[in-house]
Amino acid sequence: MTEASSGVRERPLSPHLQVWRWHVTMLGSILHRACLIGLYVGALILVAWALALASGQQTYGVFIAVMGSLPGKLVLLGLTFALFFTVASNVRHLMWDTGRGFTPRVADTIVIAGIVFAVVATAVVWLIAGQTGGLS
Amino acid sequence: MSAAKPDFRTPMSRARGLGSAKHGVGHFIADRVSGLALIPLSIWAAYAGLKLAAGGYMAAVEWLAQPLNAVLLSLFIVAGLLHLRLAVQVVIEDYIEGFVPKSAALIANYLVCALGAALGVFAILKVALLGAF
Repeated sequence: MTEASSGVRERPLSPHLQVWRWHVTMLGSILHRACLIGLYVGALILVAWALALASGQQTYGVFIAVMGSLPGKLVLLGLTFALFFTVASNVRHLMWDTGRGFTPRVADTIVIAGIVFAVVATAVVWLIAGQTGGLS
Repeated sequence: MSAAKPDFRTPMSRARGLGSAKHGVGHFIADRVSGLALIPLSIWAAYAGLKLAAGGYMAAVEWLAQPLNAVLLSLFIVAGLLHLRLAVQVVIEDYIEGFVPKSAALIANYLVCALGAALGVFAILKVALLGAF
């Protein structure tokens, strides 16, 4: 019973951003978190879309006017990137969960591949939206 | 924790020092399974967004009246909010200090996601089952 009532011990703190040189997997990790926080807002915007649709034509028109404005479109552009980068991150984490892909070269490559995928997929979606206003 | 030294710590002492006492894996599995489900759902959602962007109000109502679209969109919202609740929970645990602010943020996170899922699914069902007014 030597330590039974000692409470929480002093634990070591891990080093944080200021002592690390930026590297690719760190960028991937931070970008993943930033994208998830952005998507949190995005999920609430999606819920607002469903509520606006259920509330009728007039409310839906207001929603479309807000999200169709330039600031609204910029938010949607960011959310498109966040969605695709999170898809790539989820694939990457499932791969890492199997214990594979942890050598620095492979880890860096799949993070960069995820960013490239997200940029290209976002560009494709917005080019299609720009050409026809969407898919008919 | 070397094998040579006897460990006189009680299980409570060990849990206080190490954290989750074996329950953390539930969070991890829920995170990974929802993340797996969201891979195809997200690609579908981007496709659906392009479809919806091309049409107006009536087109959106007709789109949501199709059972497949209503079910997939409900799944996307529920799995998405579950995944995001887990993700933001970890961010709160990492960066918000103090028992009261941390607890308040964790509870708010839980309730916002539950409310969002309930409102989203209810709105989808209303449009899918009752149509436009």
